[in-house]
Amino acid sequence: MEALIASAVGLMTACGVYLLLRARTFPVVLGLTLLSYAVNLFLFAMGRLRIGAPAIIAPGHSSMADPLPQALVLTAIVIGFGMTAFVVVLALRARADLGNDHVDGRRDA
Amino acid sequence: MNALSDHIVIAPLLVPLLAGILLVLLRGSATPLRRNLSMLGVQALFAVSLTLLLKVQDGQMLVYQLGDWPAPFGIVLVADRLSAMMVLLTSILAFLVMLHAIHGSDRKGRHFHGLFQFQLFGLNGAFLTGDLFNLFVFFEVLLIASYGLLLHGGGAGRSRAGLHYVVINLVGSALFLFAVGTLYGVLGTLNMADLSLRIAALPADNRELVSAGALLLMLVFALKAALAPLHLWLPGAYANAGPAAAALFAIMTKVGAYAILRVYSLMLAPGAEGLPELVRSLLLALGMATIVLGTIGVLASRGLALMVAYLVLVSSGTLLSAFGIGGVEAMTAGLYYLLHSTLIAAALFLLTDNLAETRGRYRDRLQAGPMLPATNLLGGLFLLLAVAVVGLPPLSGFIGKVLILQAGLTNPWMPALFAVVLITGLLNLTAMVRAGSTLFFKTDPKASAAKLPEMDYLVPVIAFVVLIAVLVIYVGPIYDFARATALQLADPVSYIQAVLGDALRNPGS
Repeated sequence: MEALIASAVGLMTACGVYLLLRARTFPVVLGLTLLSYAVNLFLFAMGRLRIGAPAIIAPGHSSMADPLPQALVLTAIVIGFGMTAFVVVLALRARADLGNDHVDGRRDA
Repeated sequence: MNALSDHIVIAPLLVPLLAGILLVLLRGSATPLRRNLSMLGVQALFAVSLTLLLKVQDGQMLVYQLGDWPAPFGIVLVADRLSAMMVLLTSILAFLVMLHAIHGSDRKGRHFHGLFQFQLFGLNGAFLTGDLFNLFVFFEVLLIASYGLLLHGGGAGRSRAGLHYVVINLVGSALFLFAVGTLYGVLGTLNMADLSLRIAALPADNRELVSAGALLLMLVFALKAALAPLHLWLPGAYANAGPAAAALFAIMTKVGAYAILRVYSLMLAPGAEGLPELVRSLLLALGMATIVLGTIGVLASRGLALMVAYLVLVSSGTLLSAFGIGGVEAMTAGLYYLLHSTLIAAALFLLTDNLAETRGRYRDRLQAGPMLPATNLLGGLFLLLAVAVVGLPPLSGFIGKVLILQAGLTNPWMPALFAVVLITGLLNLTAMVRAGSTLFFKTDPKASAAKLPEMDYLVPVIAFVVLIAVLVIYVGPIYDFARATALQLADPVSYIQAVLGDALRNPGS
């Protein structure tokens, strides 16, 4: 499971960085989204990967999952969601103001 | 935690938060009401910040446990000299910028006052928090407010600059979370004092991972502080922002510098081999690179606002080089320079706006324009600010640079540091002289007459000049305070004890 999670984080980061470096705003927004998914998964994995462990202390369980990364991920998801919504609106605004969807507003590119 | 006065630590957060919420609720009401409310919020913030500073200036550290959860488990706010100084600086800046904004520039878009208050909330939170993840959250609060302020007023230039600024900061946030995740994964805590203790007790085979996390954090803070090569977002964003937003953003690069100081004084203090030296030499080398690149930008600017933005970059580089020198002397010099550079940058942005309004359609472009009225006043202010920003005697820029160079005398990088600071100082002086003579001496005979400058808009600029004079006249007490702050930073043990006092006394409970 560790290898799977690690490669998922790595792949999403790589795709995110690739898309971020594109010249159009839409791929850039997608890149940011992928990057934030990678971050969320990474944060989640930092509480160690356990299967079937309760998130809070429960009778009959000797080990439990670390609840803190789950709280962090929740915060990160909320912030990431808000920021994505903002950047989508901003990209539309830039498209309207600059007349095209190039990140530098260049017509020739 | 019973007396009301204990809650003073959280007051710099609550005042702008409440004012911001009220302003959002009252968004449809009359402009004078919102202006008065916003102004009242800023004044109350100034009062509580001053109270906080007076409480901590004897070296006491105030720790505020949110929800009364004990330190390593709950989130703490910590006010020491550095935090209180930054909060007070923010509130002074906010007051003078608000004085500018309420004369009209707040009406160029909606929600200026609400965003302004939320920006202050985020800034003060970042300065006061003692928790790494909480620092991330406050960074996001101040950033999302700054996105709104940057776009305030609209226009194509602002949209383009705003897009760049937002995207680069979102990438920065992602990196921040990676760094926080790495540190939490290895150390199991996010409380800064607790992090410091756990790094000291770390087994050797986990050190590389912590170093990677710490350097990733440094990358994020360097992005906020506009350290080369992560500085490219700054000139466009600052030059395109409205005057009030740009002036308030003068404190934004300092948030990065503050975070570097805070996190590294705590995390790298005990026994992280090689890493403190690496961070310091990176700060020094890249700081000097920032100064050089900023100066090239200053020389190449064709508009005054862009020129001032590049001067902000130069001052940011100077500040980080000072922190990179290391040691109490350099830290003291850096803190003095921080006060100076924040005030001067805000003053220059506001003066640029005055000049642009007066020159009509010539705006701030550095070309012959209409003959300026009230040249003595406008030109005199420009001269004073130019002298201060390039670091000529007798104003505060000179004192700051002398202190930094003095601290750098024993550093192995001394020749490079002296060469960079002095030569770029001369080049910046040349650029300012050229800009000043173009704006004030050259006239375009075809230009229509310039408008009279409005005194309402000049009052904040004059107030900034007075504050810079205060920095010069009271250099003794301010230097002593900066030195006491630097000494407090150099002694992380007192910070750790203040935060984790109870936990340290009864371990295991």
